[in-house]
Amino acid sequence: MMNDFLIFENISKKFGKQQVINNVTFPVSKGEVFSLLGPSGCGKTTLLRICAGLEEPDNGRVILDGKDITDFSPNKRQVNTVFQNYALFPHMTVRDNIAFGPRTAGWNNKKIASEVHFFLELIQMSEHKNKYPHQLSGGQRQRIAIARALINRPLVLLLDEPLAALDLKLRQRMLIELDTIHDQIGTTFLFVTHDQSEAMSISDKIAVMNKGVIEQIGTPAQIYEAPTTSFVAAFIGDTNFFEGTVSEMINSEISRIAPSDFPEITVYNDKHLSIGTKVYLSIRPEKLNIAKTQPNTDKLINIFKGTVEDIIYLGSMTKFWVTTQNYKLSIIKQHSSFLLDEEPIRWKDEVWISWNPEHGYLLDQYAETDENLLTIPT
Amino acid sequence: MKSDSSKNKITEILISAPTLSWLTVFFLIPTIMAIIMALRPSNPYGDLLPGWTLENFKTIFSPIYISVVWRTIWVSILSTIICLLFSVPVGYYMARLSEKFRKIILFLVIVPFWTNFLIRIFAWKLILNPDGLIHKTFVFLGIIPSGGSLIYNTGTVILVIIYTYLPFAILPIFAAAERFDFKLLEAARDLGATRWLAFLHIFIPNISKGLMAAAAMVLIPCLGSYVIPDLVGGTNSQMVGNLIANQAFVARNIPMAAAWSTLLMAMILLPLGLILCVKILLDKNKD
Repeated sequence: MMNDFLIFENISKKFGKQQVINNVTFPVSKGEVFSLLGPSGCGKTTLLRICAGLEEPDNGRVILDGKDITDFSPNKRQVNTVFQNYALFPHMTVRDNIAFGPRTAGWNNKKIASEVHFFLELIQMSEHKNKYPHQLSGGQRQRIAIARALINRPLVLLLDEPLAALDLKLRQRMLIELDTIHDQIGTTFLFVTHDQSEAMSISDKIAVMNKGVIEQIGTPAQIYEAPTTSFVAAFIGDTNFFEGTVSEMINSEISRIAPSDFPEITVYNDKHLSIGTKVYLSIRPEKLNIAKTQPNTDKLINIFKGTVEDIIYLGSMTKFWVTTQNYKLSIIKQHSSFLLDEEPIRWKDEVWISWNPEHGYLLDQYAETDENLLTIPT
Repeated sequence: MKSDSSKNKITEILISAPTLSWLTVFFLIPTIMAIIMALRPSNPYGDLLPGWTLENFKTIFSPIYISVVWRTIWVSILSTIICLLFSVPVGYYMARLSEKFRKIILFLVIVPFWTNFLIRIFAWKLILNPDGLIHKTFVFLGIIPSGGSLIYNTGTVILVIIYTYLPFAILPIFAAAERFDFKLLEAARDLGATRWLAFLHIFIPNISKGLMAAAAMVLIPCLGSYVIPDLVGGTNSQMVGNLIANQAFVARNIPMAAAWSTLLMAMILLPLGLILCVKILLDKNKD
């Protein structure tokens, strides 16, 4: 494909007996922010290091801009890395750190000076150019690391958990800055993170990884709204799972499913699964409605009565855990109106839970081993 | 507040008193005594004469001794450089080893200390002896002529000095390399540097403190070498240490021995003072 700028092809890697990456293939388009998202130990950092040339794959090829770079040493690749703890050279000033790549490449002094100046301006660090890394804050070091990598005009910028060492407020600011820098430079970003909100907010595309394989690749919205596996559904945000078989076809798109220990649920069956097929249903907490009075009884709407078990008030929203038919459902209610005027839902209240069929999503795949990820109360 | 800080000061003095008095009694006073002794005249029988003189220092700088002083300097510096050249790669690889192998290598580096220093030097005499296997093999291979000698020359002195002081260079360099963040080398490689350039521009500057410690640990005892040139060196490989011993034990000229000791001390203190000045200047630039 024309668009495939960076291609990972059948990459496998073992460390000792452990299979860290298992036959992974995916393309990255030019200019996009592509995230590798997954829990620690899923192989995402190893994949990044293979791209940088710091790790050799046992199998497979890495193709960048039409060239097979699998056997290139790290200094011969047109990619640069922003390391997790920045790996700034402690014995060099900010300016010398940024100029390291160009000096090694043998640019002339005039070009080095003007490029260093440009990047110092870009990251707003000109006044700190003569300082040493230990004199800078975490966010400042982060920016130096980005400038030090970008000044070499890499075809792909590799970012290895670049925000993990920063506190929450700073992380959000750096995310916006990263986004701005990406808009200005236009380089392809390959971004490794374990933080789903980070990946969601910056990426054009996300590959969710688990145990050395890619579970799903898609845009942030696709991954959140239409997770293909139970792992993706549980890893990206909270969700409620039901397991059952298709029991009745209401029309071409709506079916009813019968979970083993729950009343029948009406679902949107766009995959046209036939009666008797085993299915897994995921419903996001914010898609569920909670009310003290019974809502209007449209036949297709799922309505169940339950008891409030737990309430967490979060300001902009409230999280509820409601027990209904031995199932503990997680529900998020946004506060769009002034809350104090309403009669609040209290602990142990009887409530009505309802949702439209199209708000649930049937998964392609369900892995029992991911059960530990489904612990809903947080 | 004021009484608090003065109280702190008293505590500080009390805590450091044992060390300070130890250093004063066993280091500072003997050093000053040696310097004073160097200014005393003496007669050929070894008796101290009344009065003061600079004769001893004049003798030191007479042309016959220049070659010994010069040899002491170049042998020490060369040995130090070779020790560092060996220890840097050793320290680098030790720091990269797994915990288990690192312990084994560390043990192997330290193990020679379990044998007495003199015995180890005598071992070298046996190893390099004209009747020894190495000598015979070298003659057979034509590396040295049959009348030649592997022992009793300056080269052997340097070899044994390196053998003796190599662990003292390896240990501080290893300690510095162990604290080194090897991710920095990956970063340098990632930014386009070859392995060698990354090693030279990133690894070496970041272990500079270990390098300096190693240089001092080798250079200082090297300058004062006495046993090694005495046992494996020839008449042409005397060093200042041998002169001191000679003056003290054979010529019985204590003031002369003291003058040589003072010179040796100056030879050590001057470069150390210089290094200290450079370091202070560098640190100032850093902040």
